[in-house]
Amino acid sequence: MDATLVMAEAQEGTVPLAEATLKTLAVARKIGAGPLDIAWTGTSLDPLLGQARTLAGIRRHLVFDDPRLTHPTADVMAALVGDLVRDYSHVLMPGTSFGRDVLPRLAGRVGAPAVSDVLEVLDPRRFKRGLYAGNVHAVVRVPDGVPVLLTVRLASWRPVTAEKEAQPAGIEKREVPADLPTEARFVGLERDASARPDLQSARRVVSGGRSFGSRENFALLEGLADRLNAAIGASRAAVDAGYAPNDLQVGQTGKIIAPELYMAFGISGAIQHLTGIRDAGTIVAVNKDPEAPIFKVADFGLVGDLFEVIPALLAELERQGIAR
Amino acid sequence: MAPMKILVAAKRVVDYSVRVRLTPDRTGIASDGVKMSVNPFDEIALEEALRIRERGEATQVVVATVGPPEAESQIRSLLAMGADRGIHVETGRETAPLEVAHVLFRLVQEIGPGLVILGKQAIDDDCGQTGPMLAALWDRPQATYVSKLTLSEGRVQAVREVDHGLETVELVLPAVITTDLRLNTPRFIKMPDIMKARQKPLEKRPFDGFGLDLPRLTVEAYLPPPEREAGLRLESVAELVTRLHDRGVL
Ligand SMILES: Cc1cc2nc3c(=O)[nH]c(=O)nc-3n(C[C@H](O)[C@H](O)[C@H](O)COP(=O)(O)OP(=O)(O)OC[C@H]3O[C@@H](n4cnc5c(N)ncnc54)[C@H](O)[C@@H]3O)c2cc1C
Ligand SMILES: Nc1ncnc2c1ncn2[C@@H]1O[C@H](COP(=O)(O)O)[C@@H](O)[C@H]1O
Repeated sequence: MDATLVMAEAQEGTVPLAEATLKTLAVARKIGAGPLDIAWTGTSLDPLLGQARTLAGIRRHLVFDDPRLTHPTADVMAALVGDLVRDYSHVLMPGTSFGRDVLPRLAGRVGAPAVSDVLEVLDPRRFKRGLYAGNVHAVVRVPDGVPVLLTVRLASWRPVTAEKEAQPAGIEKREVPADLPTEARFVGLERDASARPDLQSARRVVSGGRSFGSRENFALLEGLADRLNAAIGASRAAVDAGYAPNDLQVGQTGKIIAPELYMAFGISGAIQHLTGIRDAGTIVAVNKDPEAPIFKVADFGLVGDLFEVIPALLAELERQGIAR
Repeated sequence: MAPMKILVAAKRVVDYSVRVRLTPDRTGIASDGVKMSVNPFDEIALEEALRIRERGEATQVVVATVGPPEAESQIRSLLAMGADRGIHVETGRETAPLEVAHVLFRLVQEIGPGLVILGKQAIDDDCGQTGPMLAALWDRPQATYVSKLTLSEGRVQAVREVDHGLETVELVLPAVITTDLRLNTPRFIKMPDIMKARQKPLEKRPFDGFGLDLPRLTVEAYLPPPEREAGLRLESVAELVTRLHDRGVL
């Protein structure tokens, strides 16, 4: 019997629901394999469940609420849901650092292959995904006889919206075993304290590369980001040089994003970077080298020095009265 | 502490600088004359293992690859970088992460390493699965996307690059680590070391000898991704703002 389990992004009782989870639900609906359950793990989940109850088309909410699950490690997650996943033909997780850490561990435990970063669903067992930094797409088929275990490439999907359902799904509190694995211990999380929109869900992103030359110069992007209510992104070279924190890296090994507007300042456009912005709505490139590869994918290109263009841009936004 | 061994897993992949193309009949990737290299994350894995050994915290670094006969060239370069010995599990076909994880698990059982270090992903299949799968089979803790490692008294502290910043976890050894780009910068190989590496032990084993029969994904088609077209070159910032405004993105 088909049944689908979505494992939600681990939560600390935050509302609204994580966009990553809502996008994973969109994929589950597209697959349409049997009744759909969601597993929530975290602590103080009640406010969140209040929200979750308004999601349509869910059979059950399985709730693992325990202070030890505030920052669950992959071994704990696998121990927690390892037996549960055997009841499902499909198990989905978001392609976040959490989902990518946990899902393959579950697959190893279950003895099934996993499909990473699904960008399209063709049927309940056939999916499209990217290879070689997205330069090739492949249609892969999960063989019969094993569950379908996958992570979702978030930039390819739109979140489902909460709709009031006549009969909200049941909430089932699940027992959290007393003897969870203890050999991996969460020590701490150093968070970027910025109040800017989140890079992965922002509608606009302004991004900078190595060419800024220093952390102080990189801060030039902040004025523009504030003006446009944009998130800040960075090339790997800019992160390596210490101009921006690691969680702002865009690309094959950073974040894959799909904002409505992506503005790249002084970024050459290496394939590894372009992988991260393929699905952006409009790409703007500002680079002083007219041959820079970024221009090949840019909707609007401006050859120029970023140290002149950024101030000019701010002045022009002011002049035309465009803000936020 | 007992003398610790480290196992490093490394894959032969198309070099990161190559712009990969499909064969004209679209049955696979055009590979003729294409430059092949060690997966960049795996060089970082080996570099970290070597540094741990050089600090006296490990005694032996073993590097293992599953791949075609030609992968000997990559494993030799890893020996030249400083690995003590190599294991080359030979196969003529593409292997999947679950298969590689099973092979590595067998090697783990033979070698008894305190740490296994892999790359966070292979830049050809971009799966990012092998490390966590191995950790599951072995039933040991894992830390993925690691950008800093510190060993002390049977434990390892790892800083992980996660979506919302940097997470620190502590694992009891033995454990599985996967590397992120900022963990270290791999050393260059010196000419004399290439010569010396020819003398280092390199064991060959047939993949078929592992007797694995695991479920695998099948690839039904390879497709080119939708291309983005180059758009307009603009002359001024004013024009840019106007265009973006007209498009409704500003
Ligand atoms: C395995 C692997 C994974 C990788 N993953 C990623 C990834 O996820 N994301 C990523 O970004 N990279 C990644 N890279 C690195 C990638 O290959 C490039 O090296 C990197 O993207 C280059 O960054 P950059 O464009 O900032 O720097 P550069 O390539 O040095 O380009 C700087 C650009 O700035 C321009 N410029 C200089 N001064 C000015 C000025 N004053 N005004 C305007 N323009 C100026 C130059 O013309 C040039 O085009 C990866 C590499 C490897 C090997
Ligand atoms: N064929 C292979 N031989 C040796 N190591 C491999 C192989 N495939 C994957 N690995 C290891 O697993 C990591 C992740 O690969 P993947 O799960 O394919 O993205 C790589 O960085 C390697 O360390």
